[in-house]
Amino acid sequence: MKLLDSFRIMLGGQPRRPTAYTPAAAAMHESKRQVKGPERAREIKARHAEHKSNKWRNIRWAVLILVNLLFVVSFRFDVQLVEGALTASRVVGFHFADLNSALQVMLAYKVIVINLVIGTGTVLLMWWLLGGRSFCSWVCPYHLLAELTEKIHLALAARRLVIDYPLHRGARTVLYVVFVVLTAASGYTVYEAVSPTGIVSRALIYGPGLALVWVAGLLVYEIIFIRRMWCRYICPIGLTYGLVGAVSPVRVKYSLENCLHEGDCRKVCLVPHVLECTKKTYAEDVEVAIGADCTRCGLCVDACPTGSLRFDIKGLNKLL
Amino acid sequence: MIEKKARRQMLRSLAMGGAIVGASLFGFFPVLKKWMPRLRPPGSLDEQHFLAACIKCGQCVQVCPVKAIRLGDLDEGFGVGVPYIPAREQACDFSCDAVQCVLACPTGALSHTISKKEEVRMGLARLDRPTACLARQGLGHKGPARAAPFRGVHRYAEIDRWKPVRLAEYNYDLDICDLCVRECPVPNAISLEPMSADPADKRRTPVVHQACVGCGMCEMICPTDSAAIVVDIRRQWGEA
Repeated sequence: MKLLDSFRIMLGGQPRRPTAYTPAAAAMHESKRQVKGPERAREIKARHAEHKSNKWRNIRWAVLILVNLLFVVSFRFDVQLVEGALTASRVVGFHFADLNSALQVMLAYKVIVINLVIGTGTVLLMWWLLGGRSFCSWVCPYHLLAELTEKIHLALAARRLVIDYPLHRGARTVLYVVFVVLTAASGYTVYEAVSPTGIVSRALIYGPGLALVWVAGLLVYEIIFIRRMWCRYICPIGLTYGLVGAVSPVRVKYSLENCLHEGDCRKVCLVPHVLECTKKTYAEDVEVAIGADCTRCGLCVDACPTGSLRFDIKGLNKLL
Repeated sequence: MIEKKARRQMLRSLAMGGAIVGASLFGFFPVLKKWMPRLRPPGSLDEQHFLAACIKCGQCVQVCPVKAIRLGDLDEGFGVGVPYIPAREQACDFSCDAVQCVLACPTGALSHTISKKEEVRMGLARLDRPTACLARQGLGHKGPARAAPFRGVHRYAEIDRWKPVRLAEYNYDLDICDLCVRECPVPNAISLEPMSADPADKRRTPVVHQACVGCGMCEMICPTDSAAIVVDIRRQWGEA
């Protein structure tokens, strides 16, 4: 039920306020209603004062740059650690294939090659374990560029120079289906022609080309009109990995107890609909695992002033 | 008010979705109109299936010892990120023997049914400008096949089997120019034939045979201003 709801929200559905709570959560919501006041808030914040940082963002950016650098260095200096590009590669000899690129090739070509199956299987397992959409925020080079241009958008928006015109989140689901149908019907990997992930990855490794103009155009559009347009409303790669990592053991976990429901986390989140449970009375349990659309970017973990959001590995916490 | 806002958002989403799909469909133009016919690497499937099966990763680019393979750009539509060989700039000289690019391909777009260079069919060489051909004029060739700043390379078995040499740095001294025959990597693919029965007549003409795989080595090495001999992309033996 919860998983289905997580899928529904990822595909574009509106998050709903829960109708039933666990007894513990109900009691906690009730006690929060009674114990109000800035005193408690100050106390909790003081306890987590040292917490506020850019720790996870910095780690994540370092990983993202390192992964992409590995591709570049492997080719430039012929060290053969990670050959290929993000669409498909060989990591110390093992086949890896991006799930969305592989899906397109299978739909367009309609013949399934054993190497591709091996590559897809390896990657499927890896991203199921790591939490599918971690690919977006921890690996995809376009994500980093879009994160930086998002900062420009927000700075301009604060000065009222630009306004965000959000799209309906269901657009991504519709486009996903459209691209699947187009690819299968035309026999060409249609999405690949515009995919900024593939374009930027290849540009880094094999040198820049005309295709970067398209990517630059998208980034400028995102600054002026629609905040994080591609990652939020369009990219089928994100949805593919979201489906794969839906039941991943690695996730961000929300704990109701200390949360002051101020919404700092939702302001920095690429997919704020997954953080709906952090709104007052929206958590149906005292602990909630964040939904499938979460990219595990850790911005909310960094932003939360009360330590209520943290990374969690299912099953491992008991061991530790 | 909220309803109006929601309706605007819906319209905006539809328009943007349409724009993105439209942009991606622009990829059809260069492909269907054949704006940029490309010589594909050894073992490539037929063009339509090749574009479909290629996962655009460039692993073939990475293994090529003479760096003959490039990737298509945005103006090639669905050919973006798809490998090709710009034969005049840098041909495939098959000095890797085992067709490395085919082995590297993770999706079989470069078909794994090919295991040696003689089985490759990329196209066929054709004498495009007979009047420019040096051999047909009975002329020789002195100096590099392609003068600097030409950057193309070739692995000469007689110098160093593993180290590519820049054509601009390798000097020839030929009485009759036979570069296309001399450097052809495939046995019996091309030969120089006399143009008359007269033994004093020095003129020779290159003749392409069925063994030609269309690698483009002759097109690269041809010393005339623009190549006298070129590869017809994907042409098969017996086709016009």
